[in-house]
Amino acid sequence: MSEHANNHDDHGHHHKETFVTKYIFSQDHKMISKQYLITGLFMGIIGIAMSLLFRLQLAWPDHQFTIYEIFLGKWGENGVMDPNVYLSLVTIHGTIMVFFVLTAGLSGTFSNLLIPLQIGARDMASGFLNMISYWLFFLSSVIMVLSLFVEAGPAAAGWTIYPPLSALPQAMPGSGAGMTLWLVSMAIFIASSLLGSLNYIVTVLNLRTKGMSMTRLPLTIWCFFLTAIIGVVSFPVLLSAALMLIMDRSFGTSFFLSDIYIAGEVLHNQGGSPVLFEHLFWFLGHPEVYIVILPAMGLVSEIMATNARKPIFGYRAMIASVLAIAFLSTIVWGHHMFITGMNPFLGSVFTFTTLLIAIPSAVKAFNWITTLWKGNLKMNPAMLFSIGFVSTFISGGLTGIILGDSALDINVHDTMFVVAHFHLVMGISALYGFFAGVYHWFPIMFEGRLLNKKLGYIHFWITAIGAYGVFFPMHFIGMAGLPRRYYTNTNFPYFDDLLEVNVVISVFAFITAAGQLFFLYNFIHSMFYGKMASKNPWDSTTLEWTAEVKHIHGNWDGPIPEVHRWSYDYSKLNKDNSDYVLPGQDYVPQHIPLQDNEDELMH
Amino acid sequence: MTAFLIILVIILFGVAIWQMNKVFQLSKSPKSENSEIASDNDNNTQGYLMLAFVFFIYGNLAYCFWEWGDVMLPVSASEHGIQIDQLMLTTMILIFIVGIFTQWLLHYFAFVYRGSKEKKALFYAENHRLEFIWTIIPVIVLAALIIYGLFTWSDIMYVDEDEDPMVVELYAYQFDWRARYAGNDNTLGEANVRLIEGVNQLGVDISDPNAQDDKVVNELHLPLGRKVLFKMRSQDVLHSAYMPHFRAQMNCVPGMITQFAFTPSMTTNDMRMNDEVIEKVEYINQIRTEKNIELLAKGEEVLEMYEFDYLLLCNKICGSNHFNMQMKIVVDTEEDYNTWLAEQATIAETIKNK
Repeated sequence: MSEHANNHDDHGHHHKETFVTKYIFSQDHKMISKQYLITGLFMGIIGIAMSLLFRLQLAWPDHQFTIYEIFLGKWGENGVMDPNVYLSLVTIHGTIMVFFVLTAGLSGTFSNLLIPLQIGARDMASGFLNMISYWLFFLSSVIMVLSLFVEAGPAAAGWTIYPPLSALPQAMPGSGAGMTLWLVSMAIFIASSLLGSLNYIVTVLNLRTKGMSMTRLPLTIWCFFLTAIIGVVSFPVLLSAALMLIMDRSFGTSFFLSDIYIAGEVLHNQGGSPVLFEHLFWFLGHPEVYIVILPAMGLVSEIMATNARKPIFGYRAMIASVLAIAFLSTIVWGHHMFITGMNPFLGSVFTFTTLLIAIPSAVKAFNWITTLWKGNLKMNPAMLFSIGFVSTFISGGLTGIILGDSALDINVHDTMFVVAHFHLVMGISALYGFFAGVYHWFPIMFEGRLLNKKLGYIHFWITAIGAYGVFFPMHFIGMAGLPRRYYTNTNFPYFDDLLEVNVVISVFAFITAAGQLFFLYNFIHSMFYGKMASKNPWDSTTLEWTAEVKHIHGNWDGPIPEVHRWSYDYSKLNKDNSDYVLPGQDYVPQHIPLQDNEDELMH
Repeated sequence: MTAFLIILVIILFGVAIWQMNKVFQLSKSPKSENSEIASDNDNNTQGYLMLAFVFFIYGNLAYCFWEWGDVMLPVSASEHGIQIDQLMLTTMILIFIVGIFTQWLLHYFAFVYRGSKEKKALFYAENHRLEFIWTIIPVIVLAALIIYGLFTWSDIMYVDEDEDPMVVELYAYQFDWRARYAGNDNTLGEANVRLIEGVNQLGVDISDPNAQDDKVVNELHLPLGRKVLFKMRSQDVLHSAYMPHFRAQMNCVPGMITQFAFTPSMTTNDMRMNDEVIEKVEYINQIRTEKNIELLAKGEEVLEMYEFDYLLLCNKICGSNHFNMQMKIVVDTEEDYNTWLAEQATIAETIKNK
């Protein structure tokens, strides 16, 4: 199969490339990866900016801010935020961050960049579908951004868009044209995600270079591969839910609607159930959080091994736990629905499966920690973010034991406690994985340039302190019984003492957001003026560092390297323990054949 | 004040990083390479910062507890709530032990094994015994938690009809609540949104004999020590009946009837006498007094002083006024409750009087 790829691409890079085929409708996975990255970053800026606006509202509900008038126009008149637009902000913030930044921006960027390069392929199985996948993503991003400018306001029913609220324009203004655009945008997004995922799966299965067995794959590839499979299994279910919702909204069907009296009249709908929608939504929605976190786990595993100068501890256990997580992720969705009126027996089943998922997660955390043990840690910014990832993954994951327990969920469900939990475990952790990836693979993306490390350190420490500063206190207001998605708490004197906590959270949020400017500056500056690195700046074993620094279509100028070992031969000693396998070099790249003075391990 | 302290901490931390950076810069030999790849000096600085960071995590946690430990919900006012709190405490203790321990290992290793040119890493790829240990320990601990949790869950969710619970309907609509008492027969009359008309706001079927003695009110009163079975309905969109002080919550779903049952174990007056609540209310009133001084200065209306009451809040996003969809809950002694209930008009009376 690799021969096929060979032949295919040998004539591939003789074509003359124009500006359009190189930068816009590119079929080269490296360029598509950068397109995903930059679109994702752009959406991320919008998403974070929105969170700052509603943090301002939550911390100082009585104040008038002209900034609302500037950004929200008629919904911020006299500096007072409209309650509907508050709900729109949280809705679109959630949608953008989960789907557009952490799914497309993270998985799209790094799956595209690393799958061909790390498995030794000249490109994706289908460059054309890959291009279509990006442009569908771009289109859905454009529609989502356009929906912000709709007359009645963008979608505002929460990122989970539970009907009937999302189905009835009478229920809230955001459920009019804004929701239509939201659904259209997501339908296109799902098509994009499916095309991308199928491509990743086929590429990993078929285009591995000679010698690259599944048990020699870097963990990054394992994670991207399983992420793609989860995506293919669960995204279509969201598509069907979205289609049924579109029909309920526009064609008078009753999939999710029944017995409704709103705005002074009874609706004709009969026999549908909003709980059905919740099942369909979370059948995707829960795997979705693993679609977000698995790629980050893969990136972190790879970066940690490289920078610790040690093999990842328990490579096979890591694969087994990712497999277990991927499988379990599809049968735990009901833990979002313990108190929706679902049969309590189902609640018991979902509690059981949910707490099971803690086992592979714990194995992974312990394996990462053991990877650090007796290492020779190179504290590059990517490594700091990887360590930060494990820290927030543990902190956020542990509170999941509370939420996954149906009896405990009764009282913290839909409170700020949940918000704190999932931001730490999937939001912040996945972002750390994303940043780690960008710092580590920047030279691969931008032809040998490195990001500035000092700015990277500043960026990491502000983010690390800020993230815990925002989300630790948030658990407390949740346990005080404060619901999420409240525009203000001033209508409940009982919550008056929580205002000062909200102020602290908001201050930390602003500082953390400001810290991201260091990254943004670093990113843009280094893209053009970054220091040039050597070909393999981090002394890494994987194949991407053997590819040409200057981007060419086909990645390797000569033949594709063959693989003779797994990707974690860091600090391996020779037979008599006198020196490393390759004298004076503490790593053996994957394409180096087995040496005479070396013990063969099982890889 | 707290905000100021935080800013101060951050600034000091920033200054510390900056100063350490300067020290290391000065200690560097002038010939050392200026590259974007971590040098031994960087490893050293960042290793120490990692160690500092784990103390920041502990400090942050301690600060939150010390400063805001009192905002959390007071003792449970329902019988099953005690069980939930117990389970919560067990889980919390476990989480804290695991969290503190693993965070320490992670950051301490990052500090101790910070790299340098002289050091060598240990090629250590697998250890089946270790992996077995840290698979089996979570398995056992989680199995115990699951079993404990599921027993609690079943106790709460499966309502024993033999106990003859008092049936009350909670009715949600944008953006308020109504409660319907089942009356002397303890059976709610049939209802459907299609029957909503005039004063019959809940769409009760007035031809149903069971409906005649039903009573609709906008303040929920509950007798102490009697099991209450709530039947939830929604008129328009999803709502969630959240009663945090009773550790009770259930969504209200249009088109179906959901239920939740609990036994109130403390009257409103008992709860007002609770030390934690007294302290909390005092603090809230102190905040309100301070605010009132500002409001008076601006010539605006002042806030009322706060007195504790149980709450029913909407906890599922339901529209623009979601943040203000609430109902007062009063738990009375049996006699007070009966007196109150006797004063409320039945549906039959309300419709006749119209």
